[in-house]
Amino acid sequence: MADPMKMRATLKGDTAEVRVLMSHPMETGQRKGPDGKVVPVHFIQNVEVKLNGKTVIEGQTSQAVSRNPVFSFRLKGAKAGDKIEVSWLDNKGDKNRTEIAIA
Amino acid sequence: MRAVVCSAALWLALAPPVAAQSTEAEVEKYRKMIAEDNPGELWEIKGEKLFMQKRGSKNVSLEQCDFGMGPGVLKGAYARLPRYFADADRVMDMEARLLHCMKTLQGFDHKAALKTKFGNLNRESDLEALATYIAAQSNQMPIDVRLEHAKEKEAYKIGETIFYRRMSKMDFACASCHADQGKRIRLQDLYNATNKTEIDRVMSGWPAYRVSNSTVRTMQHRLFDCGWQMRLPNVEYGSDWTVALHTFLSVSANGAKIGVPGMRR
Amino acid sequence: MKTKHIVLQGVGAVLLAACASAPEPVVTEATIQRVVQSSFSQIEYQYPPEVVARTNQDEGQKMCTAVRNEVAKIPPAQLDAFVGKSMKEIKYPAGGELMGDWKQGENIAQSGYGMRFGEGADDPKRPNGGNCYACHQVAPQEIAFGTIGPSLLGYGKHRGASAAMQKFVYDKVYNAWVTFPCSNMPRFGHHGFLTTEQITHVVALLLDPASPVNK
Repeated sequence: MADPMKMRATLKGDTAEVRVLMSHPMETGQRKGPDGKVVPVHFIQNVEVKLNGKTVIEGQTSQAVSRNPVFSFRLKGAKAGDKIEVSWLDNKGDKNRTEIAIA
Repeated sequence: MRAVVCSAALWLALAPPVAAQSTEAEVEKYRKMIAEDNPGELWEIKGEKLFMQKRGSKNVSLEQCDFGMGPGVLKGAYARLPRYFADADRVMDMEARLLHCMKTLQGFDHKAALKTKFGNLNRESDLEALATYIAAQSNQMPIDVRLEHAKEKEAYKIGETIFYRRMSKMDFACASCHADQGKRIRLQDLYNATNKTEIDRVMSGWPAYRVSNSTVRTMQHRLFDCGWQMRLPNVEYGSDWTVALHTFLSVSANGAKIGVPGMRR
Repeated sequence: MKTKHIVLQGVGAVLLAACASAPEPVVTEATIQRVVQSSFSQIEYQYPPEVVARTNQDEGQKMCTAVRNEVAKIPPAQLDAFVGKSMKEIKYPAGGELMGDWKQGENIAQSGYGMRFGEGADDPKRPNGGNCYACHQVAPQEIAFGTIGPSLLGYGKHRGASAAMQKFVYDKVYNAWVTFPCSNMPRFGHHGFLTTEQITHVVALLLDPASPVNK
């Protein structure tokens, strides 16, 4: 998916506060489209966070999360220069990822 | 190590909470949460891509578009808009100028370019993304709309006249809702255009992510939407009516530091 | 492209010099009409002239706009004539009964439907709403109310529901400018926004002792 993701990480001591803006329609499967037919479910199912290549968070999310979600979390034991990678996989098999180095 | 994301603060699109007194406090808290990470920033990123992309029948990017400071100059251009453009012989706001460049530089058809001018849950809007990117290049700069050309001065006066003009089936003028202090419609606070602090805050934040619409909205949409509620016919995008109002409001907010995308209900 | 740009700059400079001594622009109704003609019913939308005419002003709107709603500035003779004419134009329901059903009144107060165009246009076959809650507190159970107009809590309780009171409220909802010229309140009956029958329901919402407004 070409839709952008944006991540920010601020270091506070040895904890990085990370925020990721994701672009995704997060269709619940309840909404009717302009043709009157139900718009099928389309949502992020899995979110994975890697610190320096090692998976530290693996989350399963549901269609209850709203459109264009913001995920924020804390990573303990982080330091400047560490690489954080956030990737997601949705129920249609689409993926996206973004990566930053902690300043 | 597997763990459900537990310390994540999941952002949900909330309907306004029920209790009237604590409503404003809750909405304020929610707005602060979102303001720290504005989904509108995604539109800014998308807009930059679209801006650089070769598009239209002439297969050209928007990089040579002149937004008033010369072709290809974006930094600070939005802060000076609306302004007079000799090549079109009219005053234009940023969106009117963007449409102009899409037609003249890129070869877009007017009606076709505006088919998806306002996004919704079923369609994305290129214009909203482009507008966000262009406006963001004036971030941190003060609104600086100058009335030098005769048509600029006239646009201001026309805008002011329209602002106070009572019309249509509900006898509304813009001023009916936006010239009084501390009022609200249902639970939506109304800004007072005659209060410098409030007009500054409001005008410096367009385009803005509008939570209830799940997309970035621009001044053209705001004026369109107000007109809709005022029971007026739909106004044409970038028309003199909208540019006049935009000029009046922007001049009223001169000096306000631009910070886009802003955030709206 | 570069040459064209320099030429334009030259033209711009000449125009600026010419404008330095130009008088302040005067905006007349003709100016506004010129702007209307270029801004509505062009390329994106096509509307019949009577729809574009919604940007025009009727007599009352002109009068109030001229003084920016400061009624004291209207010449008394003009104001009296206007109010007198407005009163004569009020239409009453066929049966003459001015107090309808407060439950329907509450629906009318809650609904903002009617007379809008564009995406989400209102269906002219559906009844319009008065959207009272946009500006007023009405029944106490509804906390999502606006503050552009005064609270109407206990309206009937404090005033009773005599024939005179019913007529007063009916007239006010039909044409708010009869009692308060240039009020922010829309003239619902005058503009055909609410029917005479609908207005009787709003009267009941405010005056009927059984209405939640008066409990």
